[in-house]
Amino acid sequence: MLELRGVTYRYAGYARPVLHDVDLALRDGEIVGLVGANEAGKSTVCLVASGLAPASIGGQLGGDVVIDGERTTSLPVHELAQRVVIGFQNPSTQRSGVAATVFEEVALGPMNLGLPVAETLARTRRALATLRIEDLADRDPARLSGGQGQLVAIAGLLAMGPRHIVLDEPTAQLDPEGSNLVAAALRDLARTGAALLIVEHKADLLDGICDRVAVVDAGRIVLDGPTTAVLGDERLAGWGVEPPSRVRLARSLAARGLPGLAELGWTA
Amino acid sequence: MSSLVAFVAGGYLVPLALVAIALVSAATGGVARRLASVSLLLTLPIAVSVVLVSALTRAGTEVLVVLGPFDVTREGVDFAGQMLVRLFAISTAIGLFSLTTDPRAFVFDLERRGLSPRFAFVAAATVEAVPAMVTRAGVIAAAQRSRGLDTEGSLRARLRGVLPLVGPVILSSLTEVEERSLALEVRAFGRPGVRHLLWWPPDTAVERVARWLIVAALLVLVAVRLAGAWPPIP
Ligand SMILES: Nc1ncnc2c1ncn2[C@@H]1O[C@H](COP(=O)(O)OP(=O)(O)OP(=O)(O)O)[C@@H](O)[C@H]1O
Ligand SMILES: [Mg+2]
Repeated sequence: MLELRGVTYRYAGYARPVLHDVDLALRDGEIVGLVGANEAGKSTVCLVASGLAPASIGGQLGGDVVIDGERTTSLPVHELAQRVVIGFQNPSTQRSGVAATVFEEVALGPMNLGLPVAETLARTRRALATLRIEDLADRDPARLSGGQGQLVAIAGLLAMGPRHIVLDEPTAQLDPEGSNLVAAALRDLARTGAALLIVEHKADLLDGICDRVAVVDAGRIVLDGPTTAVLGDERLAGWGVEPPSRVRLARSLAARGLPGLAELGWTA
Repeated sequence: MSSLVAFVAGGYLVPLALVAIALVSAATGGVARRLASVSLLLTLPIAVSVVLVSALTRAGTEVLVVLGPFDVTREGVDFAGQMLVRLFAISTAIGLFSLTTDPRAFVFDLERRGLSPRFAFVAAATVEAVPAMVTRAGVIAAAQRSRGLDTEGSLRARLRGVLPLVGPVILSSLTEVEERSLALEVRAFGRPGVRHLLWWPPDTAVERVARWLIVAALLVLVAVRLAGAWPPIP
């Protein structure tokens, strides 16, 4: 379980905090979506939840971030990395640049942990299999499509063996095909039992996979609840979040006096 | 290494020989053309200023041409020429290294020699930075051009077009570096202690001998220089 309790965070060199009194829990095996307008503080929540803020980037953290009963501030970064990992938007910045094949790229994390070779190999194979990219194993990681590159990046995180995975807009820089590839992989990931926190602007993507969704506005969590309830909330647009197409369709049907999908016997 | 040799050695012969060696090795590796363009790109800005400053201002006994207030002396031209061949020797050496060295082999090899993986990674990132920067400049130039910026045409128009590229190229490199280093930390790159590597770079006897020969050549040159037996740097 990963918990933010009353978290306040201020970037190094800035006078004003960016997060205010944030409470957010990620239970084991749960998938939580995080939505909000640009600059609302989603990426900052991710950095704090993964412990990189303040451990790597500095800044001032108030409140507690607790992973499986331990406060993140009490752990060195490479210890943290075995409990929680974070993925970013851009596949190319997440590539180490020192691996000639996808297999080696994914193996880099376990190798850094000082694991025995057999364990590194086993973890790498498992990560590739979970994301169904075994066929990429011998490819040059620098010559993949955006979607494939992002899958390799996620596999590299998975090979660290973390219980919690934070992904900051994993599909933002991908074309529709790449996004679909990653969305399918997220569903596979969910089945491994790891807890996922996913920031996404594409509400449709979250709609299909999340147990819960939280809304961030101006550095505060303004709504947190079951996916259907949150994504169907009337106030969503006011927080700069576009509802999923299912909800928009239902609303425009209702506006024309037609029966909602639910009345016709459709459910999400 | 070859750039050190070029600097220690004066005259024209040694630096030119080094350029030739670099180009021939590049040709065997099939990257001669790319090496030529990379080293031109690296050298030209410095070369132009060095040549202008030294040719125009260096005092000397034999005046070749008078250009307005400047006397172009034989010594000045000679100095500029020597600096030029040295600059090219250095830039072809750096260029050859970054074009032909597999960063993975480089990192693991440094690590085997006892360097921390973190340092080795920084070294590899430096090797990779040059081609990456050139690529990025190309992408940003294309983006600016599509918004109507003139990066082609007359020299003056091009100069005006290049300036707006400098900021984005450097800024985007900076944010990228930050994200890159976070992504590495998440994969325990900073963890101290031993790693069990899956792969070692091959190291042949020929390569080992070649390395020691280069080191020996450098030492001999330094000794010769110190003994004052070489024509002094003007
Ligand atoms: N490295 C930083 N240093 C200082 N301030 C920052 C930094 N990164 C973000 N901020 C500020 O923190 C606030 C929240 O930014 P954050 O990146 O968390 O938003 P976001 O919800 O992820 O936005 P987006 O949808 O654009 O990614 C913004 O006001 C932003 O300017
Ligand atoms: Mg963000």
